[in-house]
Order: sequence, then C-alpha cells, then structure tokens
Amino acid sequence: MARKLLLEHINVPGINTFDVYRSKGGYAAVEKALKTLSPDDVVEEVKKSGLRGRGGAGFPTGMKWSFLAKPEGVERYLVCNADESEPGTFKDRYLMTYIPHLLIEGMIVASYALGAKTSYIYVRGEMMPQIRILEKAIAEAKNKGFLGKNILGTGYDLELYVQPGGGAYICGEETALLESLEGKRGNPRIKPPFPAIAGLYGCPTVVNNVESIAAVVPIINEGGDEYAKLGIGRSTGTKLISAGGNLRKPGVYEIDLGLPVEEFLYSDEYCGGIANGKRLKAVVAGGSSVPILPANLFLKTINNEPRLMSYESLADGGFVSGTMMGSGGFIAYDEDQCIVRNTWNFARFYHHESCGQCSPCREGTGWMEKVLHRLEYGHGKMSDMDLLVDVAKKIEGNTICPLGDAAAWPVASAIRHFRDEFEWHVTHPNEATTRNFGIAHYADPLPKLEEAAS
Amino acid sequence: MKVTIDGFPIEVEAGTTILNAARMIGGDIVPPAMCYYSKLEGTGGKCRTCLVQVSKGSEKDPRPMPKLVASCRTTVMDGMEVKNITSPEVIEARKGVVEMLLINHPLDCPVCDQAGECHLQDLGYEHGAAKTRYEFDRRTFEKIDIGDKIQLHMTRCILCYRCVFVADQITDHRIHGILNRGDHSEISTYIQKAVDNDFSGNVIDVCPVGALTDKTFRFKNRVWFTKPVEAHRDCETEKCGGKVTLWYKGEDVIRVTARKDEYGEAEEFICNTCRFDKKRTSDWVIEGPRKVSHKSVINSNHYDTLHPLPVVKTNPVLIEANKEQFERETRL
Repeated sequence: MARKLLLEHINVPGINTFDVYRSKGGYAAVEKALKTLSPDDVVEEVKKSGLRGRGGAGFPTGMKWSFLAKPEGVERYLVCNADESEPGTFKDRYLMTYIPHLLIEGMIVASYALGAKTSYIYVRGEMMPQIRILEKAIAEAKNKGFLGKNILGTGYDLELYVQPGGGAYICGEETALLESLEGKRGNPRIKPPFPAIAGLYGCPTVVNNVESIAAVVPIINEGGDEYAKLGIGRSTGTKLISAGGNLRKPGVYEIDLGLPVEEFLYSDEYCGGIANGKRLKAVVAGGSSVPILPANLFLKTINNEPRLMSYESLADGGFVSGTMMGSGGFIAYDEDQCIVRNTWNFARFYHHESCGQCSPCREGTGWMEKVLHRLEYGHGKMSDMDLLVDVAKKIEGNTICPLGDAAAWPVASAIRHFRDEFEWHVTHPNEATTRNFGIAHYADPLPKLEEAAS
Repeated sequence: MKVTIDGFPIEVEAGTTILNAARMIGGDIVPPAMCYYSKLEGTGGKCRTCLVQVSKGSEKDPRPMPKLVASCRTTVMDGMEVKNITSPEVIEARKGVVEMLLINHPLDCPVCDQAGECHLQDLGYEHGAAKTRYEFDRRTFEKIDIGDKIQLHMTRCILCYRCVFVADQITDHRIHGILNRGDHSEISTYIQKAVDNDFSGNVIDVCPVGALTDKTFRFKNRVWFTKPVEAHRDCETEKCGGKVTLWYKGEDVIRVTARKDEYGEAEEFICNTCRFDKKRTSDWVIEGPRKVSHKSVINSNHYDTLHPLPVVKTNPVLIEANKEQFERETRL
C-alpha cells in the first residue's frame, strides 16, 4: 500500500478539530518553516519537490511562486482557488470537509513563502458547509496563535479570509476568480498582465489550487527532495483522484503518480473495477474538460504500452490518442452508457457556464449544445458530426480563457473516438432513444501499429 | 520599436498595440475591431475578430506565439513579425468568429437604423459566408425600455461592452451593464431604470451594431439617403466640444452624431443636448460636407446628381468599383 501524504490521518476521529490535528503532527510545517527557513528557502523546497499545480493545468508550483513580482511597498496576495466545480472532480471538497487544517497549514506556509500578509480562500458558493468548516478551523488556528499577529513569536503576521463565490464555474479561472474576489462580475481578464504581476487589486498575486497548497505541508515536513522521490519523471508526489462513474468503489483516492491505470481501475485498494460486473467502455481521466478516451486507448497508449496515472503518460499521444491529467476527476463509463448523451451533457454544462465575454465561446457553446441535443434525440444529420468538429475547432484557442478549449475538447474527442456511435444515432433514430449503442469495439485490443513508410 | 505587419515595417513607440501599429500603416492589413475603441480605456479583447498571428515574437525571443492573439490588446515587441491577411489561419479563425457573431444576430438589416454604417455588416460582407449553418431559433430577449432617447435592441447586440465603458468613463455614473452570463447575457439597466445622463447618447455612437439607436431618428430614413455635413456650435455643456456631423434629409437635420474617423470611432464625444435637441440648421455653424469613404454605401447618395447612373460598361466609377470587388473576392 502506497504511503499517503495528504490523507494519512483522514480516518482519525475528530481530525477536523485543531487539537486532534495538532496531536497527529499537524502544524509542524508551520513551525519548521517560520522558525528555521527563510521565505526563499520554502520556495526553493517547493521548486525542488517538482510539485505541479493540481488544479488542471499542471504548471510547476515552485516556478509560479518564483515568478511573483516583488516590488517594494506593494502588498502581495496568496489566493487559494477552492472554486472546484469541474464535473467529476470533488477532491478539494473532500479535503476541506474532513481535514480543513491541512489547507490552513498549507496556506500559512505558502503565504509566508510569498510574503503575503493577507490571504484568501475563494470557495465555491455552493459549498456552504465547507465554508463554515473552514471558518471554524481558522478561528481555532487563530486562537492557538497560528494566525493573526506575530505568529509563534516569529513576527510574521497573516490574516486568512474565506470568501464564498457566487457559484460560477468560470470563477475557477484564476483571473475571473480575482475579479469576483474584488466584487466585480466574474469575467476572465485579458492576459498579459498575468496575476503574478498584477492580480488582486492590481497587486502581485499567486492563485493556487487547494490540493497544491495542501501538498506544501508534506513538502516542508519531509523536504523537497524526499517528496520528489515519489512519483515518476516530472510527475512527482501524490495526487488526489476523485473517482466517479460506474465504479465498484467510487471516492477520493490518494495515489502515487505513476500508478498503472489498470491497477488504479481494477485493484481492490482503489476503484475495485466496474460496478455490477460490467465492462469498461470509456474514461474521462481528469474532469469533464479533458478529452474522453475509449477503454482500449485508455488502458494502453497507442504504442501498446500500459498507461500510467501521470501527467506525461496520460497525455501520451497528444489529442489524437491521449488525454490529460486535468484536475483528477476520473469518470468511468460502463458498457451501458451513451457517449452522445454524455457529450451533450458536458456541452450543456459549458453552455450554461460560459461567461459570455468573448464571442466564439458565448455563441459556439450554445450551438454545440443544440446540435448535440438534436443528435441525442434522434433528429440529427450525418453532417452534424463534421459541423461539431468544425465549431469546436473555431472555439478552441480563439478565446480569452481556457473555458473555450475546455468546452471544445470533450466534443471534438468524443467524435474522434466514438464517431460510429454518433452515426448510429443518426441512422437509427428510433432505436437510439430506447436503447444504448453498447460497448461495440471500444474495449478491443488495439491493432498493431503499422510501420510508417520510409 | 520596429514591427512588421504583413511585410510592412513600421517604427512605433513601446506599448503600442499591434492593432494601432497596423492602423498607422493603414490599408487592408488593419484587422477589424468590433469591441476595441481607442478612446475608451480597457476595451478590446472580447470580440476576437482582430485575431492575428505572431510569427516571430521579438528580436530577443524569436519564437512564434503558440495561439492567435487579439491584436487590440497585445503590445508590440521590438522585431515582432505579425501576419494578418497573409495568414490562412487568421482568415479562417476570423471567418469562424464572424460566423459565431452572426448565428444569433437577427439579420433584420432591412429595418435596422444602423444598416449602412454597421460594422457587423461590413465584417459579414468581408469575411462571412453567404449561408448560415445554424438551423435553430435565434436567441431573443424580453424588450426593455431604457428611456425616451435611446432604443435598445438586445437581439442585435454582440456584447462588445463598449457602451458599458462609455457609461463608466464618459458619463458620471453608470446604471446599465451586463446581466446574466453566457449567451443569455444582456445589456440591461438595473430594475429598468432609464439611462439618462448628459453624455449617455454616446452609447449610440460607440455601438458597432444596431443594438443602441437614436429614438429621435428611428425609422426616419436610411443613412444612405441622408447627407452628412460637418458642423459645430458653442456648447455650454462642460466637456462637450460641440463638433458634430449633421445628417440632412432635404432641408431638415434628421440626426446629429459625433464625427467618426475611418474606423468608425468618434473623434470627440458630444453631449445629449447637441445630439437630441439641436435639430435646426440655425443652431449650427456649417463647416462643409463630410468626406465619406468611397467604399461606403452612404456615398451612393450623390450631392450633385440624382440621375440614375449609366450602365457599368460606360461608367468609370462603376468599372472601378467592379474591379475592386473582383480583386477582393479573388484575393484569397
């Protein structure tokens, strides 16, 4: 059984209270960082650890921190992005609900490293219980002298605030989050300038995912080098995966990056296989916005090597035959699931959540949703698939923020890999409304790659 | 700083955007802009029609930019090379954007007061397809009344946010803004207040489409049947220069607008008194007829002749126009 770093004490009763958390070695990272390390040392440790942003993009956290502009006399801010709303992802909510002090501890260390005197946790509006939990945890930490003025007598001051969002997916985009935090409409800003130069209230700001910030705690406790030993290649450390869909044991799992996909999916330690003895048809590996893959391409890369749960291995094959780690929202589909309906459902989500600022995303997401709705309900045409691919292509890369890409990828990839299912919906409109296409050839072993003609 | 756009080099100051550098060069290589407005701070970046390809980042870092960038918000670097109309990707992407802008547009140009001076019309003519691939009902909105001077047609709106910036920067307070999100976003006032301010009329001038039109000119005439004349008056309103364009129909001034440059941007913002209330020739000092681009449909209303034009074969103007259209269509 692999070692857990974040969820080690998750099953200890009362771990959500300060005293129990402290007795299990909590807040040791704060003591170590504030008393023995300089802010730059902390950044250096995080850099050494190779920690990559856990929110979706996978940008190295240490690098992001070192980009932070540090002009004299200007406030700097750390903002924790807890606006987790990607369909299929629920790891941050789990973390905040059961072990809130881990996040608080990470926030203190990270704020210290960045020299922030005020930090915010921007929590999605729907997560009211988690907001209360966090506020209680902050009050506890403040009582014990881990927050507020002169923390542990080191002279470092930090105020930590929890800000509920309005419940918009777009506010998980970092600049939209900052706009929303400033009290404005949550529209993504046009970059540059990046938040590291001009973020919250025009000051240098770092925005990090909940899990990234929580991962700073084990990094400081054990040292960056130790942390980097876990994982594989440039995917270091552990990652929380929120496994959902037709699994025997759905839930949040902490895995070492580099775990074979097959083991994660079928071993009893993790997901335990597909529920009800069915077969796997397709997988969305990292939250709704990453490309969907059929079972055969997911378990094996195009070169017939086993796929691993790591940033690189999941992306193997690019958009043609690969997917992405994303935020770790792992959704498995069994043979009875309809990919067309699922794609329509995702498109509906992105249509609903588009902020409406730039035209390709505002108009294109609605268009894709309508075409997919038509396909799902048996009124589609053969030309619709090409239309969808074309519309997705026109949105992708032409928008202000990544939501446009996120809306385009699942549609484009579903058509790329499941085109015959879409076509079946057109040729058998009546059947399509009463039964599903089934697993077809999506779990068949991959054919051997032919040698490229030289 | 030296920047090359479609092969044309130009020296510009640091901090200039690609779009403004292109405007300094002028001609066909200027990217269209639906939401950027040089007189308003913070505009741009939203409509994505001005996308260009940066094939060389700068002298120091010659890597090309991975994605197309919005030229109105991207500042130039020394040695940057930009491709606008010479890049097939840009043309393709722009065509896509124009298609997106048009799928929910009502295309009610025959009854729209903006027709003839509408940027979306120009854009659709230049880049759009003749047929739509959109087979669904177009989006509609509940009508709201925003006062007795300005007419809002939300269905025509492309959400460029220009009018929001005008209200923020030109008037003393803003009471309208964007409500809702996604393709249901709409320009609206909070609890149906009337937009009423000395400079609120400028939202009409900045609107690139017919979403905000002048109620005093509504359905009065097509712009190409009117004669634009430059005029000025001593306006007592603070900050109003009183320099306007009067639009005549026969003897009557039927509309007053700000003077617009070749990119459709007002040179100076004018107050509501000039715009809505001074509609007699005696109110104004006439400077002379306004120059209208020969490409504009407004130019078809000639001052001197009301005779029908001779047929193409013998009319040099039409021969020239035909040639131009042929070139435009075969260029790509």
